[in-house]
Amino acid sequence: MTQKIVIVGATSSIATHCGRLWAQGKVVDLHLLGRDGDRLERLAIDLRARAAAGSTVQIAVADFLSGQTIQQTVAALAAQSKIDIALIAHGSLGDQAECQNDLAKNQHELEVNGVSPVLYAEAFAQQMSRVNHGTLCVIGSVAGDRGRRSNYVYGAAKGLVTRYVQGLQHRLAGVKGNQVKVVLIKPGPTDTPMTAQFKAKGMKLAPVEDVAAGIVAAVTAGKPVAYVPGKWWLIMMVIRHLPSIVFNKMNI
Amino acid sequence: MASTPGLPFGNGRSYGDACLNPGGVLWATRGLDHLIAFDPQTGVLMCEAGVLLRDIQALVAPLGWLLPVTPGTQMITVGGAIANDVHGKNHHVYGCFGDHVVQLNLLRTDGEEIVCGPDLRADWFAATLGGIGLTGLITQATLQLKKIPGSWLETETIAYSNPHEFFSLADGSEQAWENTVSWIDCVAGSGGRGLFMRGNFIADAGRTAPKAAAKRMPFVPPVSLVNGLTLRPFNEAYFWLNKRKTGRQVTHYQPFFYPLDNLHDWNRMYGPKGFYQYQSVVPRAVGQEAVSAMLTEIGRSGQGSFLAVLKTFGNREPLGMLSFAQPGVTLALDFPNNGAKTLGLFERLDAIVREARGRIYLAKDARMPRDLFEAGYPRLSEFMQYRDPGISSAISRRLID
Repeated sequence: MTQKIVIVGATSSIATHCGRLWAQGKVVDLHLLGRDGDRLERLAIDLRARAAAGSTVQIAVADFLSGQTIQQTVAALAAQSKIDIALIAHGSLGDQAECQNDLAKNQHELEVNGVSPVLYAEAFAQQMSRVNHGTLCVIGSVAGDRGRRSNYVYGAAKGLVTRYVQGLQHRLAGVKGNQVKVVLIKPGPTDTPMTAQFKAKGMKLAPVEDVAAGIVAAVTAGKPVAYVPGKWWLIMMVIRHLPSIVFNKMNI
Repeated sequence: MASTPGLPFGNGRSYGDACLNPGGVLWATRGLDHLIAFDPQTGVLMCEAGVLLRDIQALVAPLGWLLPVTPGTQMITVGGAIANDVHGKNHHVYGCFGDHVVQLNLLRTDGEEIVCGPDLRADWFAATLGGIGLTGLITQATLQLKKIPGSWLETETIAYSNPHEFFSLADGSEQAWENTVSWIDCVAGSGGRGLFMRGNFIADAGRTAPKAAAKRMPFVPPVSLVNGLTLRPFNEAYFWLNKRKTGRQVTHYQPFFYPLDNLHDWNRMYGPKGFYQYQSVVPRAVGQEAVSAMLTEIGRSGQGSFLAVLKTFGNREPLGMLSFAQPGVTLALDFPNNGAKTLGLFERLDAIVREARGRIYLAKDARMPRDLFEAGYPRLSEFMQYRDPGISSAISRRLID
């Protein structure tokens, strides 16, 4: 059966690779949302070349900050047929020091990485609940597990995503016969254009293909929380439980 | 583009300095990883130049297609395959990678975009094939894939005890076998025993692709694991372990063509000083003599590795002005970097290649002298008209500029 998949922030590197895994050799009905029409079109062409005959790939330039527009956009996507998978993958990694000095920049980062994804999540949850069908996958981050000096603006926004998704999962768990799954992904540092600055400094990053494969597997399994690569579950378990007196001495 | 000379950089798998630009700028092309069109009826694929051969193979193999020519790894970009005009085990049938490029787009640092192919601005095409990235940035390419009956090959391994036997096996296999290659024991001296492998694609017949269990060389050992103490036992073990497997087998295309791709970071086994690869091709008329002479030198030096390949090329001239694969026989060996001792051996090998009127592979080279380069690549002056003045690399400064 043809899967209907919506990807928000589709041209992000992780989302692109998820899209390829979903499309490659299969018949899919893909909807790609992003900011830049040219880049969306380039990705749509790529995915059409990979997908099996009979697939459709459509693009839409979307608003990321207006709650009203987000609600309308998602309602329109869900109007004709039910959505099987929605992936919310957009984000930006602003410079922490800049965000501390320039609060307009700070506000933008919090909105793009925190408020915007949860509004999309709520919009998809509404539509999926209506037909009691679908898997919603939101990309959070290990950075959301504990605030730390090097990136707490990004981390706090991702923390909002974590709590919001928890709430959605709790709400849906209370619905009798619920078939809607919500999956939260917490990627470790991944080799994407967003982290190019860290790569240049020699930081070890997970290959984006591996992270995408982990996400696709978590969506198929309907896993509530997935750290990718899996080792980050253990690392963050330790980080979360370090006493402040130790944690505050660490330069991370 | 920047005003400092830069260099296109794909997946960085060239063994030498063709993909390096110390003190300069690299233009990373891995972001150019989008497909543009694929027609499963005709097998024509158009893609951006940063796409990895691995990703193409994974997409098209289940549909009955493969890239016609790939080297011993699929972890390289399309742009890199063109810029080095790579060859594979089927050279005698399919030639080089460039023989299957229908068209490519070249972006010059002055902003000009040149679309070229075998019948379209063919001079630009010939300069760019094997042009080690010096004619411009390859942005996209159209490739003709080859139809395969399935993803498996019927293979046969035959032990040989000297180069003479190797040549009769190679010649005897040209007609009936699409892929031929051999492992040669570089410790054995001019006697040169080895294992000859050949394979033809067959129908899947219900076989399912093996699950690749990739391993990783987890750290760089303080000294090369391949050294004077281990080389002989390594080769001895390799020969006898594989000799037991002689005869016919059915092998999936991935382990057959890309045996090292499942051992990530394998290069780390050579320790912090790394390794050189020395790959030459010499004409057939003097092939047996030259190969024996090189093996004698290598055997006498006690250097080398168990990664050693001897293979004949088909009787076809490559399209590219600086393409490597000329008719003849090619010998490729890894050598742990032992400084002056290794470089001294290479000078003695150079003398043999020079006398045989052979050439060294630019994709593998990090040290050949300029005169050997010029003698081996007679179309260099023709190539120079197509150089992009905004591009420079370690190898271009060492051999050309």
